[in-house]
Order: sequence, then C-alpha cells, then structure tokens
Amino acid sequence: MPDHDPFPLPRVDETNRPYWQALAEGRLVYQCCKACGHAWLPARSECPRCLAAETGWQQASGRARLVSWVTYRKAFHPAFADRLPYNVSVVELEEGPRLISNLVGLADPEDLAIDEPLALVLREEHGVAIPAFRKAG
Amino acid sequence: MPGNVVIAGIGHTAFGRLEGRSTYSLNIEAIRNALADAGIEKERVDGLFVKFPTSAYEFMYGQKLAEAAGIVPRIGGVWDQGGAANASLIGYAAMAIEAGQCEVAVVCFADNPKSGTRQAYSKPWGADEVFGWFGIPAGYAMIAQRHMQQHGTTAEQLGAIAVACRANGARNPAAQLRKPLSLDDYMASDIVVSPLRRDDCCLVSDGGAAVVLTSARLAARLGVAAPVPILGFGQGQTSAEVAQRPDLTTTAARASAATAFRMAGVRPADVDVAQIYDCFTITALMTLEDYGFCRPGEGGAFVASGAIAAGGDLPINTAGGLLSETGMPGLQLVIEGVRQIRGTAVNQVPGAALCAISNQGGVMHTHSTLILGN
Ligand SMILES: [Zn+2]
Repeated sequence: MPDHDPFPLPRVDETNRPYWQALAEGRLVYQCCKACGHAWLPARSECPRCLAAETGWQQASGRARLVSWVTYRKAFHPAFADRLPYNVSVVELEEGPRLISNLVGLADPEDLAIDEPLALVLREEHGVAIPAFRKAG
Repeated sequence: MPGNVVIAGIGHTAFGRLEGRSTYSLNIEAIRNALADAGIEKERVDGLFVKFPTSAYEFMYGQKLAEAAGIVPRIGGVWDQGGAANASLIGYAAMAIEAGQCEVAVVCFADNPKSGTRQAYSKPWGADEVFGWFGIPAGYAMIAQRHMQQHGTTAEQLGAIAVACRANGARNPAAQLRKPLSLDDYMASDIVVSPLRRDDCCLVSDGGAAVVLTSARLAARLGVAAPVPILGFGQGQTSAEVAQRPDLTTTAARASAATAFRMAGVRPADVDVAQIYDCFTITALMTLEDYGFCRPGEGGAFVASGAIAAGGDLPINTAGGLLSETGMPGLQLVIEGVRQIRGTAVNQVPGAALCAISNQGGVMHTHSTLILGN
C-alpha cells in the first residue's frame, strides 16, 4: 500500500479521448449518433439507442438543469477529506445528456432546488480540465 | 405453477463480526442448518444456486462451494445482480424444479465484509471519481434528495422506517443491532452524505444464509414439517447508472412486483406482512410506493402513519431488516418471510398468510420480488 492514495484522475482511453481533449481546449462536448441523432454521455463505442458504431461529437451550449445533488459530510477517499463539505450533482445538459459534476460558488451547499438552471464553468483538477456548474443568473 | 414449489428449510449463521470465518465456512454452516430444518438429506440436493460474496469476486465460486460442501449439482452456479440475486435465484431454482432440471435446490449466500475487506462498498461508483463521486450511500442520497424535493418527503419520514426496523430488531435475539432507535436519536445521528444520516444506512455484517427448495409433492413425500409455498416471483431492472436514469424516484421494483403479484393472483392489499429491502431507508420507502402499498410520492406519509410498524396495517421487516437484523443482502428477508408464514417469527403478525418480499441491488439497478403464502 502507498502512503497516500494518488488523486483519482480520469482514465483516458481511445473512446473517451475526444471528450477530455475538448475539455482541455475549453469546450464541453457530448457524443451523438450519426445514424439516429441520439445524444449521450459518457463516451461509448456504440449508440445505446440504435447500436450504430458511427458516432460523433458536438459542443454543448453549457446551459443545463439540476436533476439532484448530494453534499458529502464524510470523505470516502482521502484526497477529498480537506474539501468537506462538498457537492456532487447530477446535471442534465439542455441537449439531453446527463453527467455527474460539481456545483461551485455556492454560499450554502443546501440552498438549491431541483430543476433549477445551471451554467457551465470549466475548472482544473490536478492539471486536468473538468466540467463544473454554477447557478445560472 | 403458484405453490407447486415450496421453501422446505431455512438456515443461517450468527450475524456480526465473525473473525476468521471464510465465506465457504459460513455458507456451509447455513446449508447444514437449512437441510436440518427441512429434514432433507444432503445427498438429495441436485441444484446449488449461489449469490457470490459481494466483497470479493472469485472465479467459479459456485463450483468451489459445491466441492467444499460435497454436493454434485445437476444445475447451478452464481448469479450477479447485487442484492437482488438471492430472491432471483429462488425464482430460477423454482423454475428449474418445475422443469425437471433438479429436485432439491439450495440457494445460499455468505459474505464477510465486516471482518474481511469492505473495499467493494466504498470504491468509486462508475468513472466519476474525479468529482469526488464515491461510495454506494451517495447514489442512494442522490435519489433520496430528488424524492424529498419532488414529493416533500422529510427526514423524519425516512427516520420512521429506521425506527420501525430497529424496534423489531431489538426484540429479535438473533439481530446484530438490538439497540432501539428513537426519532430524536435518528435526527441527531451524523449526516454521512446529505440528505442521508448514519441511521439511514444498513449494517455491515459477516454471515451466511441458505434456503432449501423442492416441489410441494416431494416435500409431502419426504415429510417436510413446515413447507412454505412460493406463490409468485418477478424481476425488474433499471440498469442505468443513477446519473443516466430518466426518472430517479421510481424503479423497476414496480415491474418486478407487478409480475410477482400477477403470478400469485393477489393484490398488494391482500398482503399481511412484507419484508422490504432496506439497505437505505429511501429504498424501502420507494419500494412501498412502487409495489402499490401506497401511491407514488406518498411513501413518506405512509411510513410516518405507523402502518409499517408492529401492529400496523403492513408490518415490515419484522426481524429488523438490513438496518437491524443483519446487513447481509436479501436472503435473511426471505427467511423471515418463511417464519411469518410458518407462524414462528419473533414479531409474529397474527394469522399472517401472505408475505411479499423485496430484494434489490446496485443503486436500485436490479429488483426481485417473492410472494410466499399458504
Ligand atoms: Zn443511434
């Protein structure tokens, strides 16, 4: 066992490389099917609706809504112990795909409402660009 | 088909910290006890259906257990549906018996997450650990939050489930946690991942459990003392991760229960007692809604009314459930259902003739339902 666990950075592979590459360039993208138009995240090798393997990427507008959220009061990983309490949310992009993300800039971590509008902000985590969201407006 | 297959015997180990016991040892103790309860010789067992230990996946676990138990099954193996697997395996075993694939089946499960590794329960859930998304409780908390916001479900209402289960467990000498819980205790307990408190979360337990199934006809011929007929079973799968699920506040418990109730030819209102999987309080609350014991969104008011407590209209988790008897996933709820129909439960519901049992796995990914009754 190492003395301390390394920060759990995303595992980049052939399928999800375009997603992380776009974030590094300042854009949030989602995957879409060239056969049926279905849109989704996270990255997959086939369309989960029509099973076609011809997929592409589109840039998200950054407008989204809050599906639900939690606030960690205990750390499940040592790398997050000094961030408590911290938010993790399920966010739905206006284009449809959903993702796990963090809400930032919250004065009160529980002063939130389901379905409230959110706006994308990118942040850096240990040198990796990742998506986060703030309350819109 | 309903009632053609019976649960002939039940057995389990102690629950809690069982230092030094392998899952093979725990399974075999449970099987020994279940066969003794059924009064059936081990040599008659020709089906072995196993839920593998959640904490540590092992290749060919079912075959290794069969060897250790000296059983040569005609049919069997392991099944992976998380916590729904035990009830599902009972359904598969019943179908195997009906189809002539075996005559006497054992369904069993053992695990040792308390004295062994608990890593499986705190690992990243999916590939989103960069966001701090860890642990199974957080997935249930995400669902609970949406339910509370959408339907006005309160912490006190979730607490009513914990209080009822803990009261039942306090009266069960075999329960791992026998300390009753007041609603004030519940509200004061630490928040782990808001909105879930410590006392919303089930126990972590070492232990093993087993049931023996056979046909009603063979049970009668062998002189099985207290066979309990399996009237219905069903399954449902939500499958998608929490973030991908179009609706967070309902699950495939609804489809699972509908299949089981239809097979049994009964309705939710006919049920005398229920064993509702309570890995977290929100699971039990949403299952009560999805099964039709109350209307969607009204689970909070239903559980706070006292309906689920001893003496209520629908007593649940009468041995204490996962919150109080043992955190072992699922089979113990089936065993308590058998005791209720036999009339031998510690918190016996007078005249109980129909029991509904739910098992579920993942973060409400999988669901399985059993209906037992005379
Ligand atoms: Zn498609």
